[in-house]
Amino acid sequence: MAELSDTLLFVAAVTYVAAMVGYLVEFAFGTRGAVARVAMRPVRELVAVGAGGGASGVDIVSPVQPERPERDDETTPRAGRTGVAGAIGVALTVVGLAAHVAVLVTRGLAAQRVPLGNMYEFVVTLTAVCVVGWLVLLAVRPTLRPLGVFVTGALALMLGFAGLVLTTPAGPLVPALQSAWLKVHVSAAATASGLLLLAFVPAALYLIRAGYDKRSGLADDGTPRVVAFPFSLGRALPAADTLERLTFRLHAFAFPIWTLAIICGAIWAEAAWGRYWGWDPKETWSFISWVAYAAYLHARATPSVKRTTATWFSVVAWLTMVVNLYVINFVAVGLHSYAGVD
Amino acid sequence: MSSVRAFWRWLTSMRTALVLLLVLAVAAVPGSIFPQRGVSREAVDEYIAEHPDLAPLLERLWAFDVYASPWFSAVYLLLFISLVGCLAPRLRQHVTNLIKPPPDAPARLERLPVSTTREVGQGPTEAAQTVRLAWRRARWRTAVRAHADGTVTVAAEKGYLKETGNLLFHFALLSLLVGLAWGTWYGWHGNRLVVAGDEFCNTLHQYDEYGLGARTSGDRLPPFCVTVHDFQAEFLDTGQPTRFAAEVSYVEDLGEEPRRWTLQVNHPLRLSGANVYLIGHGYAPVLRYTDRYDQVFTTTAPFLPVDGMLTSQGVAKFPYANVPPGQSSADPPAQLGLTGVYQPTANPDPAVAASIFPAERDPVLTLTAWQGDLGLGSGVPQSVYALDERQIALGRLTEVGTRTLRPGESWTLPDGSTVEFLGTRPWITVSVRHDPGQSLMLFGAGAVLVGLMVSLSGKRRRVWARIRPADDGGSLITFGGLARTEYPGFADEFARVVAQVDMAPPPERAPAGLSERSH
Repeated sequence: MAELSDTLLFVAAVTYVAAMVGYLVEFAFGTRGAVARVAMRPVRELVAVGAGGGASGVDIVSPVQPERPERDDETTPRAGRTGVAGAIGVALTVVGLAAHVAVLVTRGLAAQRVPLGNMYEFVVTLTAVCVVGWLVLLAVRPTLRPLGVFVTGALALMLGFAGLVLTTPAGPLVPALQSAWLKVHVSAAATASGLLLLAFVPAALYLIRAGYDKRSGLADDGTPRVVAFPFSLGRALPAADTLERLTFRLHAFAFPIWTLAIICGAIWAEAAWGRYWGWDPKETWSFISWVAYAAYLHARATPSVKRTTATWFSVVAWLTMVVNLYVINFVAVGLHSYAGVD
Repeated sequence: MSSVRAFWRWLTSMRTALVLLLVLAVAAVPGSIFPQRGVSREAVDEYIAEHPDLAPLLERLWAFDVYASPWFSAVYLLLFISLVGCLAPRLRQHVTNLIKPPPDAPARLERLPVSTTREVGQGPTEAAQTVRLAWRRARWRTAVRAHADGTVTVAAEKGYLKETGNLLFHFALLSLLVGLAWGTWYGWHGNRLVVAGDEFCNTLHQYDEYGLGARTSGDRLPPFCVTVHDFQAEFLDTGQPTRFAAEVSYVEDLGEEPRRWTLQVNHPLRLSGANVYLIGHGYAPVLRYTDRYDQVFTTTAPFLPVDGMLTSQGVAKFPYANVPPGQSSADPPAQLGLTGVYQPTANPDPAVAASIFPAERDPVLTLTAWQGDLGLGSGVPQSVYALDERQIALGRLTEVGTRTLRPGESWTLPDGSTVEFLGTRPWITVSVRHDPGQSLMLFGAGAVLVGLMVSLSGKRRRVWARIRPADDGGSLITFGGLARTEYPGFADEFARVVAQVDMAPPPERAPAGLSERSH
């Protein structure tokens, strides 16, 4: 059963990579994709690109094409051949999720317990939450599909790392973890982390899109301005305010869950270690992340703070989550050393 | 005076609060880089020994006590002062808003994000009452105002809970600070090692290490005694532990019948006024020494684990050994010290002193004997887990041999005295703690969560109706709505709210006269 679980992880990771390819085809070659725009552009303009010294990795905005016809209220994703690629991406994401959930079920059966006992299981759980969140998001807002490239890319990366580096044999829990609070605290932490991972995607893409909006347009001499990577990605993304609002709503949803995870952790720490808070490295960094996300929510609620500035807060906050998950588990010695990755 | 006011305005501004939040996050980082006294005193001592050049500077910067440092305290206290300065006026404002009726309609309702108009057959006053009743039924707070020009306005507001939750969240954060301070002042803790079979009572001198809150005195600790009967650990074949359990009994009052308890990691012993937690465990070899005058000494020496397989190190000291009968001391002193490494399951390679399993499958004890002056009379406190290195360096303590023993085996030293390894007894470390701030912390944390969810999900919004008299005796109503916070679904709700007003159109033009224009 444990071997089946490991195989399924491989299947899930590969399926997400395949899904990413589907999303990517749509993202790059779709009717609104960058490549499609260049292809549709009259020859005269292509000359202008060369004259403008457009190197690879740069992008231009055609003065002929109307800029960004899609609006926030648009609900149907793009049609056509590349649309099929995007739809295949979604279908593969669903398949990947099925394998992903099966990883957790078989792992739980093999270990005879909830699969929340070490870093490997934690990462597999949090990525599963991220996929579920992503599919719910897609069901509500099909126009968000271009984001799938980045969501599945992050998932494949995290699952691959989990399978190659973090993997540990399925087994029973150490005494410190034998508590009902494991289910509450760790699942809340995994849920919040998965949703904050998902929230990071529109946050980063909003900054790209906002940068694209600022840089694109016409130069003083009437020629389209050159937009360099990574802002050139912004062209195929949903509108900036759509991404920004999505970023906020995902964070507003995930932040109370993160708070719950910390509170449950404190209650559990009191029962296990005798104190509810002891500045253990993991505790310290969960506090740092909490403060950073609180700063984002406050910045977002302050009219005088620019939305791009506020979003940078959330990006920094996500980095603190990454530090807590990947750096603290490997480097710091603390009471939370259950990763099993010596 | 104006500079004080300017400082106050700066401190309570949202920008300052944001900066302080970021500074707080950054200020917490060093505590995860440098070892902290509050977490592990031993780790700090080790770090200082390893970095003799850097340590004094770090010490001066409070790097080993980050969370008790003046600069960390300054950041969070400034943040909380800023919070109070921000909250007090908001609370006043919110109470006022709750008492006052919703504000009157803005001059041009059709300029609002959502608006619509409708003609009805009722006169303005009557129509206003219908609108008000419909909205009141949908739990809006309403106010009707009649104006001099004959128009009547209905104002309605909803979503006061958002600000209530917001204030609850922030005041609950303050209660956490109070709970933290309360626990720090009036709490205490003591840690000690107990060998199975021994008893300890709750007095300060029975603890190896203790900490008292600033407002706590050690002479009024709750009286209780705990006896540790046995300790059992279970392991997988990999050496991973699966169960730790200590059988204990306790009395909370003298003369009381002892009650039994199984002390486990997630199963503390909760007594009135203190809790007892199981923190660690290990082995204590029992050694019998028969000296050259046939005097017998038996000692149980707790050894400290050095790895996950419970390879343990420690020392047994016999300061009264080899004193000729009838004399108070020997000259030269021939005290005995035994340093040792204990392996619960011996390494197959005898050259490697590292246990291969944490349970006692093949226990061996490797002892090195030292004779001479242990240096216990010097007045300098000594570790009970190591010999005094200075005595060895000064040549006052000399090595007499090394031997590996299994339980029951004995070793005759060159002077004819014998060391016997009788076996081991398990020991546990317990932490006894009392934190009176805990219940306030729990309550405050619950309020933080509730406040947060209410504040993040709540939506403050207002709708208005301006009712103008029409020539035919009916009225023309303009509805307008404004969401004061992030609320993508407001247009839908606005449509519902307008539809809730059930009024007949003017009779002569019914039913086609129902005109509804959306902007």
